[in-house]
Amino acid sequence: MIWIFDSIILIFLVVTAIISLQVKDLLSASMIFGVYSFLMCLLWAGMAAVDVAFTEAAVGAGVSAVFLIATVFRTSRRSSD
Amino acid sequence: MKILALIAVALTGWLLMSAVSDFPDWGDPHSPANSYRLSQGYITDTFPQTSVPNMVTAVLADYRGYDTMFETVVIFTAGIAIIGILRRYGPKDKVIPEQKLYKKEPDLIVETTCRLMIPIIQLFALYVVAHGHHSPGGGFQGGVIFGASFILLALARDLQATQKWVPESRILNLAGTGIFIYAGFGFLCLLLGSNFLDYAILHKVMGVTPIEARSHSMLGVEIGVAFTVTAIMFSIYSNLASNGYMKEGL
Repeated sequence: MIWIFDSIILIFLVVTAIISLQVKDLLSASMIFGVYSFLMCLLWAGMAAVDVAFTEAAVGAGVSAVFLIATVFRTSRRSSD
Repeated sequence: MKILALIAVALTGWLLMSAVSDFPDWGDPHSPANSYRLSQGYITDTFPQTSVPNMVTAVLADYRGYDTMFETVVIFTAGIAIIGILRRYGPKDKVIPEQKLYKKEPDLIVETTCRLMIPIIQLFALYVVAHGHHSPGGGFQGGVIFGASFILLALARDLQATQKWVPESRILNLAGTGIFIYAGFGFLCLLLGSNFLDYAILHKVMGVTPIEARSHSMLGVEIGVAFTVTAIMFSIYSNLASNGYMKEGL
């Protein structure tokens, strides 16, 4: 059962990673990067590394997404390449 | 050029994937990492030596306390560097047109939600810091959550309102105080005649057994870490969001 759960998270992890690199709108890229961090946090928690999962949730999914969004608002919304 | 990059990425990915099969199974007790006597020592000796049930925090704040002190200094330096790069003084010389998103009007739903949430977030952050040596958490996580509560306040109101509680000078004072607390514990140990950050000697000033003194000192240094991380997180946000002028945020 946990095997299925892990596979779903890993598939979504790859999908969010590709989307956040490919999408042209940088605001959505930042949001999806936050989703990536949260999935990473779920994986850490599943591997019983609760301290790492906690840090990932607080820093990766929480604060760094806010930093990225603040930067997007102060620079340009669209990716140039 | 993109084709070359794709080939390089695919090759590196294949190499990494081919190495995965050599890994030991997850949670294998006979894997090198688990059978080495150092990890065995931590698993068996941490609780008798420090009376801290959370082994991760014991390694982080006690056995490897010197590393963690300089990790805190790294965060402090990163914050100072970001202030040095982004902070701008004086009147705004040019206004980027895209910034004029919407003029701030107090929104009832956002205001009320933040009024309810921020005290709970801050209380939880304090719990994470104070309980870090007994359950997952600690200074870094608690500090980030506490900083995030100020960021939420700055998002819900505006940066000026938040600056009343945490002005820039107070932020820098807090960041310095955190490292001062951490290093102060180390120097206190030196003054009492032991090694730097060897907390067991602090039982002389704390009035507890040497084992409990290590546990209490871990809490002390975690509080120091939390001070620095809180201050630097909010400082990074306010510099990023206000374009370095610290006047109006997002």
